[in-house]
Amino acid sequence: MSAIEVVPLNWYLMLSTILFTIGVLGVLFRRNAIIIFMSIELMLNAVNLLLVAFSSYLSDSKGQVFVFFIMAVAAAEVAVGLAILMMVYRNTKSSDINVLNKLKW
Amino acid sequence: MITTYLFGFLSFLAIMFALMVVLSKNPVHSVLYLVLTFFTIAGHYVLLNAQFLAAVHVIVYAGAIMVLFLFVIMLLNLNEETEPHKSVWLKASATVAAGLLLVVLVGSLKGAETIVATNKFDPNIGLIENLGKSLFTDFLLPFEVSSILLLVAMVGAVLLGKKSIK
Repeated sequence: MSAIEVVPLNWYLMLSTILFTIGVLGVLFRRNAIIIFMSIELMLNAVNLLLVAFSSYLSDSKGQVFVFFIMAVAAAEVAVGLAILMMVYRNTKSSDINVLNKLKW
Repeated sequence: MITTYLFGFLSFLAIMFALMVVLSKNPVHSVLYLVLTFFTIAGHYVLLNAQFLAAVHVIVYAGAIMVLFLFVIMLLNLNEETEPHKSVWLKASATVAAGLLLVVLVGSLKGAETIVATNKFDPNIGLIENLGKSLFTDFLLPFEVSSILLLVAMVGAVLLGKKSIK
């Protein structure tokens, strides 16, 4: 028996909202660039979960194909982002985002 | 009935682990909690009849992406002592801002109409057979383009990671 028959879709909406908000909280709360990156992954996953929930409740596989593409894009994003972080660390000797304030007004 | 309890249990674990990602002092612990969060989300995918996506999620996120994160954290030698922290004032305002965002989102979704149950849920759409068909017919072009994207990302990562670019 699957969750589709017993769990209302609104519960998944709430769960995804809470996970997304925790991701936003992580971005605002921390100064370590890697933790901020992980919070962005958390937000992506909240959206993925909602896409899968809608696709299952509507019996339409297109949403799940989209999640598949989002995973591919997230993998590419993480590879490039972590390479940039390595460069930043090599040049500034820290992963603190407050060091990167050259473009700040 | 047991599915409802399973949903509640997995949701509770997902939220707790996600909070621990943000709040734990040690970056390595954050990564490990994020892996646990991804496992609970994979459990949600199984509950939603998306078995193929659950497997891909575990392989790609918990297997590949988090190992990459762990590698970078260990290369940079980050630990509790070197961890930069915001001031208490900024942390409090960040929490208030995120809480207000949660209130706004929940408030706007509260009145949303729920989808009418048609009793005609197709339990097979999450299987690899149906997803593969849809991926290679309707979404063939995006599928091929995403392979180019992965190639570009790989080249970019190698180029950025090189010691010096002359």
